Amino acid sequence: MNFTNFGKYILLLKAAFRRPEKMKIYLKAIFQEMDFIGRGSLGLISIISTFIGAVMTLQIAFQLVSDLIPKTIIGSVNRDSSILELSPTISAIVLAGKIGSAISSEIGTMRVTEQIDALEIMGINAPGYLILPKILAGITMVPVLVIISMFLSITGGYIGGTLSGAVTAAEYMQGITTDFNPYTITVALVKAFVFGFIITSVPAYEGFYVKGGALEVAQASTRAVVISCISILACDYIVTQLLL
Amino acid sequence: MIEIKDIHKSFGDNEVLKGISGKFQEGVTNLIIGGSGSGKTTLLKCMIGLHHPEQGHVYYDGREFTQLNFEERIEIRKEIGMLFQGSALFDSMTVEENIMFPLNMFTDQARSEKLDRVNFCLERVNLEGKNALYPAELSGGMKKRVGIARAIAMNPKYLFCDEPNSGLDPKTSIVIDELIKEITEEYNTTTIVVTHDMNSVMGIGDYIIFLHEGKKFWEGSNKEIAKTDIQELNDFVFASRFMKAAKDKL
Repeated sequence: MNFTNFGKYILLLKAAFRRPEKMKIYLKAIFQEMDFIGRGSLGLISIISTFIGAVMTLQIAFQLVSDLIPKTIIGSVNRDSSILELSPTISAIVLAGKIGSAISSEIGTMRVTEQIDALEIMGINAPGYLILPKILAGITMVPVLVIISMFLSITGGYIGGTLSGAVTAAEYMQGITTDFNPYTITVALVKAFVFGFIITSVPAYEGFYVKGGALEVAQASTRAVVISCISILACDYIVTQLLL
Repeated sequence: MIEIKDIHKSFGDNEVLKGISGKFQEGVTNLIIGGSGSGKTTLLKCMIGLHHPEQGHVYYDGREFTQLNFEERIEIRKEIGMLFQGSALFDSMTVEENIMFPLNMFTDQARSEKLDRVNFCLERVNLEGKNALYPAELSGGMKKRVGIARAIAMNPKYLFCDEPNSGLDPKTSIVIDELIKEITEEYNTTTIVVTHDMNSVMGIGDYIIFLHEGKKFWEGSNKEIAKTDIQELNDFVFASRFMKAAKDKL
């Protein structure tokens, strides 16, 4: 995104946050988007989080082969890594691929088939009607998915660790309950909120300004996912730097 | 009535519209014709605010449109109905939901009232009972008719049609043309149709402006167009052998 595009992005967001024409219709659209983002991504996030948690436990156990280090540390490291980094960031990158490409291609197709023009001719604020519900759904449902992901990642670590014999159930449980700092949850939720905004707004921008046909819609969709992923990683660093 | 004054529009170095003016009266079918790339659709988009002309003004019954901001334009846009070249129906909605959409957005009518209006509009375009179908289940002609039904749902004062016959067979084209003309006369709308379909020109062209290379080259009615001796217009209107033969017989 160069500065011109960033300016257009800000102006589009400004238009998206104008007062809705009819709140009832917007609320319905928000709930539909929440269902799409939340329920629609739950299966994928669950599978990924559980396996990442399990693999993390095995890798930590592999690296910490020393009699001086208690095995309870495996649970602690897995817990903090899952909460602070893996659950928010990996979930966001996966969601950028799944939701971002869907948003970009949906809005892009509406652009090239003149459906957005039709909304504007009717006197409807097209950015507001199409983008605002997606952003609101994103910033509410991505944190919910991240919380579920944290839980499943830690649970996955328990399953992976105990099944492989890398750690006992008691050691793992002791590890995840020792020295827990609830502030890490706050940091993760701030990240999830920011990522939810990026995952929905960047693809919406890419789709909204598509020109051309099917090929350009596909290109915009790819661009949306790439820019979203880079933005997520950059914001991950900034938020971590600011809050930890 | 819609009046345009000295409309200029460029895309980069390409000046598409070079100072076009004209008056489009209500109750008659106004046509904008011209070859591909002559600026017809660009002119239409400048009139409805999808493009911003660099120079010139558009007046809707004396109300200046081009200088208004988004919120100020909404009141005029509520009075506009538009039929798009590709119909532009919302894919995710049924026929009924498509037509009801502007009513949901801008009126506080009860659902039964809105449904009555939807059924009236569908009946008007001869598509009774097609409420539950999705756009993907409709033929090209049916999509255009649903597009017209959606355009008239809010009782528009101004009706714009962008290439209403494109992709349709001649018989369906005539049905769409007649529908546009009937609605124009019935509701006394100011109707502007962008077309390069000669059947439409001869059939419903009460007032026609011919664009050539971004300029208004000629204006008149369908009766006058056959008698014109302007070379560019004759080359466009009577391009086919059939039309040439028809002209020679006149």
